[in-house]
Amino acid sequence: MSLTVDITHPLAGFDLNVAFEAPEGVTALFGRSGAGKTTVINAVSGLLKPQQGRILLGGETLFDAKARVNLPIHRRRLGYVFQDGRLFPHMSVRQNMMYGRRFAPRGASGPGLEEVADLLGLTAMLDRRPGALSGGEKQRVAIGRALLSWPRMLLMDEPLAALDAARKEEILPYLERLRDRAGLPILYVSHSMAEVARLATSVVVLEAGQVVRSGPAEQVLSDPALVHQIGLREAGALLPATVARHHDDGLTELSVSGGRLFLPHLDMAPGSHTRVRILAQDVMLALEPPNGISALNILRGEIVTLREGSGPGAIVQLQSGEDKLLSRITRRSAQALHLSPGQRIYAVIKSVAIARGDIGAG
Amino acid sequence: MTDWLGPAEWQAVALSLKVSLWAIGLSLPIGILAAYALARWDFPGKQLLNGIIHLPLILPPVVTGYLLLLSFGRRGPVGSFLYEWFGLIFAFRWTGAALAASIMAFPLMVRSIRLAVESVDPKLEQAAATLGAPRLWVFFTVTLPLILPGVIAGAILGFAKAMGEFGATITFVSNIPGQTQTLPSAIYTFLQVPGGETQAMRLVLVSVTVAMGALAISEILARRAAKRVSGA
Repeated sequence: MSLTVDITHPLAGFDLNVAFEAPEGVTALFGRSGAGKTTVINAVSGLLKPQQGRILLGGETLFDAKARVNLPIHRRRLGYVFQDGRLFPHMSVRQNMMYGRRFAPRGASGPGLEEVADLLGLTAMLDRRPGALSGGEKQRVAIGRALLSWPRMLLMDEPLAALDAARKEEILPYLERLRDRAGLPILYVSHSMAEVARLATSVVVLEAGQVVRSGPAEQVLSDPALVHQIGLREAGALLPATVARHHDDGLTELSVSGGRLFLPHLDMAPGSHTRVRILAQDVMLALEPPNGISALNILRGEIVTLREGSGPGAIVQLQSGEDKLLSRITRRSAQALHLSPGQRIYAVIKSVAIARGDIGAG
Repeated sequence: MTDWLGPAEWQAVALSLKVSLWAIGLSLPIGILAAYALARWDFPGKQLLNGIIHLPLILPPVVTGYLLLLSFGRRGPVGSFLYEWFGLIFAFRWTGAALAASIMAFPLMVRSIRLAVESVDPKLEQAAATLGAPRLWVFFTVTLPLILPGVIAGAILGFAKAMGEFGATITFVSNIPGQTQTLPSAIYTFLQVPGGETQAMRLVLVSVTVAMGALAISEILARRAAKRVSGA
């Protein structure tokens, strides 16, 4: 089942005009605050009626301005997880979570309360009231409540934005499990590239109401043209990786299409697949295979493009095996090394750059 | 209690309770609807409706009673219609006293409930809708439980107002013992006859007790409901 969105709606200052396809998996709507992300997700949910366009889910029309179709919110069957939880304060956690169940159509099926409570670590607090829960727990209940209405799709609007780093870290693994287990499409709104890199299988980048780029996460994130939207510090490539083996000195060896990477011990069995994120600012370039250097991770590659901005920096996109890498260097270095597309190059990656938090199961 | 109160006094107290309970019982659902509409909906004539609801609060009660007599009297446009179609008579009956009491209590009830509705975050209702709940279900499972403290407060406030209503009642349905002589009318009557002060004083005590009791009950109920609603 996939979601097709093609809508136009006037917003303060600009017109929202977006068209994209969200396949199964997690599609991240990424952009700065005010780019129109929430408007899009509200239009999909039915909370907002767009001026023009249409929204289809797996062949069913949710909205079509021309055909005057506008399915009411409660008939769309989309689980919406709001940024602010929105739990019903007068109901227990259990009652909150089971609220939507009676509206699931006959013949529908989905996970049960026990299974979801287990998945989200809520089993011990089913009889509590939302007022007695922490922010992270509330968000988990909100996710469980949406899941238990047996939706056809999950909509998540910055579900982690209101939480501090520790609470985020507490919920992200649950979201990853959800993505890998539930098998239902998720539309995930976020302005945090770290979350997007960790969760998304596809990415739609929004800027001032327009889709700048959309596609599989690995392709979009390694596109040097998007560095401006993503932000210099956040820009970086996503590489699929496989755990090769664990070494005695506490390092784990991962194999990527362009070579091997070493990073501090990962609690994953050899052979399991994962994803690593390598920030552009953590990649140095060398013309020769470097010697006498403390960095462990060196991948050989070829320059695909070289983009110079107005500032002193430049972004280099490399092909390494089947993957693309981004490197942010100074324009001065680019000129000194005479970098040009097609050139063979070595990417030196500080191993600390591949932090555990940036690894997603998938 | 019947020993302590004379039959005429007891009659007045019982009638007042009956009139007030009917007045509040029947007007409460309408009051909730009106409060919800004023708080949440935008419709043409909203300000006019708001004004009409509040009119009894600012008009002299005698004027409200007279207007009721004109419209709900046997020859009034509404009164004759209700009589012909439903056999309902308001003028000079206890039903008329209940109508007058509910009209006078209505603005107080609506104000209290409207405040409660406005304090409920519409985002909670939206969340319920995204979970598949139709509007009416959302109202009864989310909105109503959350406004319950306000509804209770409004109902009790209205009940107290209904118990004390005098001006509109006496103008509309007069002061017929056993039929339309409510507590305040009875007190007024006893004060008009020489030596009626003791009877009046007993009714005053009853009236104070009922009012204080209603207030206490509303406090307890509202506190209990508020605790449930706060989610702690």
